Amino acid sequence: MKLLPTDPIKRLSLKLAVTSFGFLLFALFVMPPLYDAFCEITGLNGKTGDKYEAVDAVVDTSRDIKVQFVATNNSGMPWQFGPEVKTVTVHPGEQTRINYRVKNTTGKDMIGQAIPSLTPYKASSYFHKTECFCFNQQALLAGTEAELPMYFIIDQDLPEHIKTVTLSYTLFDVTDRFSKEELLSMVVTDQ
Amino acid sequence: MLKAAGGLCARMLGFAVLLTSQLALADETESLKFNMTRGVTPVSQDIHGLHMQMFWWCVGIGVVVFGIMFVSMFLHRKSRGVKPANFHESTWLELTWTAIPILILVLMGIPASKSLINLYDTRESEVDVLITGYQWRWKYEILGEDVSFFSNLSTPRDEIEGFAEKNPNYLLEVDEPLVLPVGKKIRFIVTANDVIHNWWVPDFGVKRDAIPGFTNDSWAIIEEPGTYRGQCAELCGKDHGFMPIVVEAKTQEEYRAWLDEKKAAAAALAELTEKTFTFDELYAQGEEVYNRSCAACHQANGEGLPGTFPSLKEGIAVGPIQDHIDVVVNGVPGTAMQAFGEQLSEVDIAAVVTYERNAWGNNMGDLAQPLDIYNHKQGK
Amino acid sequence: MAHGPAKGITRWLYTTNHKDIGSMYLWFSFAMFFLGGIFALVIRAELFQPGLQIVDPNFFNQMTTMHGLVMVFGAVMPAFVGLANWMIPMQIGAPDMALPRMNNWSFWILPFAFAMLSSTLFMDGGAPNFGWTFYAPLSTTYAPPSVTFFIFAIHIMGASSIMGAINIIATIVNMRAPGMTYMKMPLFVWTWLITAFLLIAVMPVLAGVVTMMLMDIHFGTSFFDAAGGGDPVLFQHVFWFFGHPEVYIMILPAFGIVSAIIPTFARKPLFGYASMVYATAAIAFLSFVVWAHHMFTVGLPIAGELFFMWATMLIAVPTGVKVFNWVATMFKGAMTFETPMLFSIAFVILFTIGGFSGLMLAIAPADFQYHDTYFVVAHFHYVLVPGAIFSITAGVYYWLPKWCGNMYNETMGKLHFWLAFIGLNVTFFPMHFSGLAGMPRRIPDYNMMFADWNMISSVGAFLFGAAQVLFLYNVIATIVGGKKATDEVWENPEGLEWTVPSPAPYHTFSEPPEFKSSH
Repeated sequence: MKLLPTDPIKRLSLKLAVTSFGFLLFALFVMPPLYDAFCEITGLNGKTGDKYEAVDAVVDTSRDIKVQFVATNNSGMPWQFGPEVKTVTVHPGEQTRINYRVKNTTGKDMIGQAIPSLTPYKASSYFHKTECFCFNQQALLAGTEAELPMYFIIDQDLPEHIKTVTLSYTLFDVTDRFSKEELLSMVVTDQ
Repeated sequence: MLKAAGGLCARMLGFAVLLTSQLALADETESLKFNMTRGVTPVSQDIHGLHMQMFWWCVGIGVVVFGIMFVSMFLHRKSRGVKPANFHESTWLELTWTAIPILILVLMGIPASKSLINLYDTRESEVDVLITGYQWRWKYEILGEDVSFFSNLSTPRDEIEGFAEKNPNYLLEVDEPLVLPVGKKIRFIVTANDVIHNWWVPDFGVKRDAIPGFTNDSWAIIEEPGTYRGQCAELCGKDHGFMPIVVEAKTQEEYRAWLDEKKAAAAALAELTEKTFTFDELYAQGEEVYNRSCAACHQANGEGLPGTFPSLKEGIAVGPIQDHIDVVVNGVPGTAMQAFGEQLSEVDIAAVVTYERNAWGNNMGDLAQPLDIYNHKQGK
Repeated sequence: MAHGPAKGITRWLYTTNHKDIGSMYLWFSFAMFFLGGIFALVIRAELFQPGLQIVDPNFFNQMTTMHGLVMVFGAVMPAFVGLANWMIPMQIGAPDMALPRMNNWSFWILPFAFAMLSSTLFMDGGAPNFGWTFYAPLSTTYAPPSVTFFIFAIHIMGASSIMGAINIIATIVNMRAPGMTYMKMPLFVWTWLITAFLLIAVMPVLAGVVTMMLMDIHFGTSFFDAAGGGDPVLFQHVFWFFGHPEVYIMILPAFGIVSAIIPTFARKPLFGYASMVYATAAIAFLSFVVWAHHMFTVGLPIAGELFFMWATMLIAVPTGVKVFNWVATMFKGAMTFETPMLFSIAFVILFTIGGFSGLMLAIAPADFQYHDTYFVVAHFHYVLVPGAIFSITAGVYYWLPKWCGNMYNETMGKLHFWLAFIGLNVTFFPMHFSGLAGMPRRIPDYNMMFADWNMISSVGAFLFGAAQVLFLYNVIATIVGGKKATDEVWENPEGLEWTVPSPAPYHTFSEPPEFKSSH
């Protein structure tokens, strides 16, 4: 079976068309994951990694790292949202728990999604979260509130010159992405 | 033919003279600004130095290249009866004019790389400011100080529309400037609430994209007290040109005093929430708030822009008051109507709701008190 | 084969003749040039003085967006395709394009794309208002409803460009006259061959990025939405991966045109033909590794900033080689300054000035001050207006006598040149100053400290606009009358196109010509 036409013009045109289609597929299916991988390696945009499995590590008490917590509501997200404590000082290697508080002040059941971002970017790959509310969406019934815990460890290999890191969470309204049943199945209650 | 070449020559020369003479005057004159500011931070001065260095490199290269070109345009004209040469290749020439530019680029690139590394060094800051871009205002939060506020354009609409004379700080003035101490390393953490904005103060050499969901950081040490103005530098929708930045750099003591003042004002505002206002008080303040925060979209006459921004002479402002409050406090998801619950105080929201329900012949006759707004925000 | 064109409208609807299609492309692009120009004049009229006088800020944003889109995709790109259609078969001694029926298609879908794009101006919520770079989420979550039509229009334009590019490559590779080896092809053919490969690589990327937008807007994906795990910065990376090569798509064919014109009027062969070819290829290659220099303030890691800074500076080397070659071509020639030559010389000078500001913009730390100011607007108008528009104009004056058999009026041509040259500089040179003084792009109103420069720019813009009306008059006057042109038109010009009669017959080179290179 011959795959390509014998006429050289048609042959070349077909090859070019296929190449062009290949670039479309490249843009759609290769570039986004490639970019994500790139962000993960470089810490670009301060994206912190997924769930981290804690390993036994020595706590480096000689170093103090100041961790600042900030919160931003994206537009159209009226919930009250913020950290309980705005700054903690930790040693590399020790696990720390902090809480954010969230309250659905509206009369509607809603789902929120918190997106973390860390500055400086260089610290992103040294900031490990063993548990984080940002791994899931948070569904809150109208008028209810919840405490959102986050456990983190700062890696002992954090570059020497970094002494302060700022972790920001931006809360987005993602209610539209889920059905009512899904919402009810993922409602969080106050611990 | 001579005229053509001569005209070109004269024109280029004219530009060169204009440029150099004006650059020499750069620091004296203010009226006709044409060059980059030197600024008041180590980074901005560094950038200014690089900019001027690059400029002179370009002038130098331009003089040589255009010089040869104009000379040959003058000498090698057919009208002078010259016979054209026939050379069209020279490997050593090609290699020379590949190698020399590479050398110049290296000379340009090395100082630039050094500056860049310095520009990225946000370590060991003494003041951290979280800056959030909103359509179309900025929010500042001094981390660790419990001070957080919005900064809106304060130029009156009459000046914009040409009904009043424009003041010197036209479009570069805000209701609440950011105050920062001089001589301290300040770290700016920049993010956004909706679309991408960009926080730019030329005098600091700080320009950072504010990206919704992500944070970005930059730094400055302001060396001189003063008022520094900037603008949003990323197209962010309709009022992109109307969200200026004003930073007042003050001494450490004045800065501390400002922080205390801000905290006291916040406490006073909280107290006002408890107070019951008269209709006239609310209506008068509401008009002011409306013109500042709402008129850009809904227009001064409340009629909105058909198809884009709804009219307030029908619908929500003449419906049940609780729904009206809810829209102002929580916004309408998926539309340009943002949640003002965070941006405006309880008093301001009560005032503007009262105003909207009673202005432009709406005459609903009811009013909202700050406590109603507070309760609504608490989900009651 | 010796039959002429069909009669009436069907000639244009069904034509597969490269000259007819080339003419249609050129007229279409001329029309779009005026439409985009009107949008530009609305912008300049509003910016004539501080305050809001003529349009509201939302409509102003629609104007900046539509001006950019119409000029890039409607005026510049179709004009180059039109010139390619007319000239490539004639320059390589081919009877027509390789795929004549596809050629008809790739033209005729264009008017539909632009009709769709223009119709958004009359829709509820207005036309796209998010800039020609349409950054997400302003162009997705916060876009007017017309964004869907914008996306389809971009898809159609992309399809048209890709078909055009395939056709051009197939023609150049398969249909050259015997004896015309690759390294003997005219430079216009060479630059277009490289441009066509760029188009095939990056137009699908543009299609990809607008498809992702479409999915985000209508099908619940989150490519560019942080809430669903996406990232608005991804948009910028994908867009500029298309966008930077796109810039060279709009300039490489210009290099080819100027490389044909300067030797003719210097009466001396082009200096460094081979290095011109290699430099073009080098520029095309580098265009794929510099995209993030449009994003220096977005928060790239420092290693990225350094890489993109150095890579961008490197582009100055092959570009410099080209400029030096043109200057060396003029050196020791016997020059005359007819209209095409004037436009070409202005091209070399002004494009070089645009190159200088480009080099300054490449310096990443300095870009933190230049980014998104009028300095950038000045830069890209200095490379695009003298670069693309002047070279196309030069090409039209140079080849028009061959197309229609009549000589244009030299005085009128020169008048057009001087008005356009002065208008251009008066419009765009002050923008360097307003930008450095701190004026951001895409704002409808500004502080008084930018007022002087803006007023000058606006005056210049109207002068430039008027000059183009003269251009239209010159073209029409030449087509309907004027002195008969000789077959050679100019003094000993090089190239097969000058060996056919003027005007060029409907069918040329039905038999492959004998090709003898002069060098």
